[in-house]
Amino acid sequence: MAERRKAVHYLNQFFGQIGGEHKAGTEPLVKSGPVGPGVLFQELLGAEVEIAATVVCGDNYFGEHIDEATERVLSLIKGFNPAIVVAGPAFNAGRYGIACGSVCAAVVDRLGIPAVAGMHPENPGVDAYRKTVYIVETKGTTAGMREAALKMSRLVLKLVKREPLGSPEAEGYFSRGIRRNFFAGETGAVRAVSMLLKKLKGESFSTEYPMPVFDRVRPPPPVEKTGEAVLALVTSGGIVPKGNPDRLESSSATKYGKYDISERSRLTPETHETAHGGYDPTYANADPNRVLPLDVARDLEREGRIGRLYPYYFATVGNGTSVARAVQFAREIAGDLIRDGVRAVLLTST
Amino acid sequence: MFLELGHIPIEEIAWGRKTLIEGKVLQISREELIEETKGDDYRIASVRADLAWPDESVRIIPVKDVVEPRVKVEGKGGEFPGLISGVETVGTGRTHALRGCSVVTAGQIVGFQEGLIDMSGPGARYSSFSRLLNVVLSIDVIVGISPHQHEEALRLAGLRAAVYLGEAGRGIRPDRIDRFEPRRLFQRPGCASDLPGVVYLYMLLSQGLLHDTYLYGRDVKTLLPTLIQPTEVMDGAVVSGNCVSACDKNTTYHHQNNPIISELLRRDGIDFRFLGVVVSNSNVTLRDKTRSADYAVKLVELLGAEGVILSKEGFGNPDADAMMICSGLEEKGIRTVMITDEFAGVDGASQSLADATPHADAVVSVGNANERILLPNMDKVIGDIPVIEKMAGGKSGSLSREGIRVELQAIVGATNELGFGTLSARGE
Repeated sequence: MAERRKAVHYLNQFFGQIGGEHKAGTEPLVKSGPVGPGVLFQELLGAEVEIAATVVCGDNYFGEHIDEATERVLSLIKGFNPAIVVAGPAFNAGRYGIACGSVCAAVVDRLGIPAVAGMHPENPGVDAYRKTVYIVETKGTTAGMREAALKMSRLVLKLVKREPLGSPEAEGYFSRGIRRNFFAGETGAVRAVSMLLKKLKGESFSTEYPMPVFDRVRPPPPVEKTGEAVLALVTSGGIVPKGNPDRLESSSATKYGKYDISERSRLTPETHETAHGGYDPTYANADPNRVLPLDVARDLEREGRIGRLYPYYFATVGNGTSVARAVQFAREIAGDLIRDGVRAVLLTST
Repeated sequence: MFLELGHIPIEEIAWGRKTLIEGKVLQISREELIEETKGDDYRIASVRADLAWPDESVRIIPVKDVVEPRVKVEGKGGEFPGLISGVETVGTGRTHALRGCSVVTAGQIVGFQEGLIDMSGPGARYSSFSRLLNVVLSIDVIVGISPHQHEEALRLAGLRAAVYLGEAGRGIRPDRIDRFEPRRLFQRPGCASDLPGVVYLYMLLSQGLLHDTYLYGRDVKTLLPTLIQPTEVMDGAVVSGNCVSACDKNTTYHHQNNPIISELLRRDGIDFRFLGVVVSNSNVTLRDKTRSADYAVKLVELLGAEGVILSKEGFGNPDADAMMICSGLEEKGIRTVMITDEFAGVDGASQSLADATPHADAVVSVGNANERILLPNMDKVIGDIPVIEKMAGGKSGSLSREGIRVELQAIVGATNELGFGTLSARGE
C-alpha cells in the first residue's frame, strides 16, 4: 500500500465549529483530524492523504495580528510535519481569504511544501497571494462547497504525488503569473503552423504568451536652470572599471555597480571596458566614452551648461535582464540620486 | 525547377584511414579532416578533432556553430554559396545530406555568447545536438587577430569541414529522397485556389560582431528584405556567423534544416498554399528596423499572403523588429503567428519580452531561457569549463563541486526560435 501522506487543514472559527462572529477573536488552536468541511475533503482525498489535524483561528484575531497569527499557525502546522496544507475554501469572505493566503504563503516559503486554498475571484486574498499559492476558483458562497472541495482535493492529490499539473485553466486555479517551462507534444514550428491555420479559419486558438502591458513612463517636464543642476550618468551598456570588479554578468544581470568618477575627465581603454554580452564590444572597449559619455559631460560642466556632474556613475547590463529586476535596480539607483540632489540623468543604452 | 534532397542516415562515426561511408557508418580520416578544416587559412594555429556520441558523458564548451554535412550531387552551384563554393543560385538538382551527424566548431572563446552541448544528463534534453553524432573541431587561432577575423576563421573552417565530410555521401544511394518543387508564384495556381496563401517571414540576426548572418556570403546587415526559395536554404544559402545567447542562436544546422520550412512544405496544397519565404534582417538602429520591417511587409503583401509565420533570432533588441513586422502585417489584415522565446527571469515572474504589441495575439513560446538548470560534471570536457562564468547564461559562481548551474540560455538550441524543439512555457 502506498504511503499515506499527512495534510493539515486551516479553517476559521466558523468552519472550525467554534462559533460565529462573536467567536472571531479566537486565537490559534488545534483540533485533531478533519473538522467541518474537512470531513468532505477527507472523503475526497481517500486513503492516500490523511488530514492529521485542523488548525483554527478566528478571522478578527488573524486580521488584527496578521504577522503574529501567521507565525503561531505556522508553528502549529509545522508540529505535524505535513506534506501539504489545505486552507478554506474561503469563498468571498475577505478576512478569511487573507488569513488563508497568509498561512499558505508562509507554508510555501518557510516549510517548502505546497499549499492549496480556495477563493472567489473577488476575494482580496486572490490578488494578494496568487503568486505564491495555488488558489482554486470557487463560488462566492458555501453553495459552492462541494465543487470547491472536489477541485481542491484533486489538486492536492496531484501535488503530493508530484504529478505534472495541467494548465491553470485545466486544474481550476488562478494562474500565478509564473512562466514555467514544459515539453509540449509537438515542435514549436508545428504548433505555429497549426495556430496559423486556426487563426486563418477564424477558429478559436490560445496564444502561448499573452502580450504584457508595459508601463509607459510619462517624461517629466524639462529641467529648469540646467546651469545649476547636478547631472548623473547611468548606463545599461555595461561600462565597468577594467577587470569588472563587481563581476556584473554579461547577460541576465543580478546587480548594478556604482563607480567613482570624481577624479576622471574621461574614460580610457586602460581604465574601463564593457561587461555587456549583447552587442559588439569592440568600439565600446576602444573608447568607453561612446557608451558612458563622461568626456562630453565634463565639457558641459566646464562650459557651465550643467551645474556639476555627480561624482559617481551607475552601470548594469541590460541584456536578457528581466524587467522585474530592472525595476528593482531603478528604484534603488533613483533613491540614491534623489537623496543626493541629482536633478537630471543621462541614461545611455546600447 | 526542383530540388531532390537525399537522406543518408549515419548511425555510427569512427576514425579510419579514409573518409567514407560504409553502410550507416561514417568513417573519417582524422588527419585529412584536420587538414581540410585548416584549409590555407593562416589565421588558424591548430585544429583538434574529437568525436562525441549521444549518451556519452561529454561536455562541449564553448560551441560556436553546428553544421550538417551536405554535398551537391547534381545541379548548379555548391553548398554554402558565397562562402565555400561559387555564388551561383543553388536550390535545384540533387543534394545529399548526412543525417544524424554534425560538425561542431569549438575552441577559444570569441565572445560572451557561446554555448555548451552536453551529450548526456539533464542538459541533453534541451539540445537537439545532444542526439547527434558530433564531429567536434576545437580550433585555435594565432595571436593578434581581431575578434572579427577570429569569428570568420572559425565560421569558414566549420563549413569546410562539413563540405569535406559531406563529400563522402556523393556516391551513396540515399535511403529516402524528398522532392521539392517550388511554387511559381506569378503563374497559374498549382492547386485549388480557395486555399489561403501563407508566407514565411524569416528574420535573420544582423547586429554586428558575432551577431551576423550570411546570405550567399553577404552580410545581411545591409540586406533589403528579399525573396528566397525554400530549397536554397537547404543548400546552405543562409549561414550563421553569430552567437546570440546560445539558446536562441540559429546555427547553420538549424538553417539547413529549418523546421518551419519543412512544416509549410509538408502541408502545402493540403491546408494552404505556401507562397514563399521572405528573408529580413534585424539591425540595431530604428531607421534600419523601420526600413526592413516596412519593406518585408510590402513583399508579403505583394505575394498576396493571407497568413504569415514570423520567426526570430535572439532576444531583447530583435523583439522590437518582430513587433514592428507583426503590427505592420496585422494592420494590413494579414494574420500572423510569431515564434519567440521568453526571458521571464529565473523565477518566471517577470515580463518576457522587451517590446510588445496588442497585434501579437498569436504567439508560440519556445520556453523561458532564464530558467536555471544544474548540469552535473561530465567525465570528459571538450574545451574549457571556466569560460562558463563569462558566458551568457552563466555567472560568477556558476561552477561548483556538483557541476555548473546555468540558465538554459547557455545551452545551444535550448529555446530555438525556429521552433526546432518541443520546449514551451506557460503561465502557472
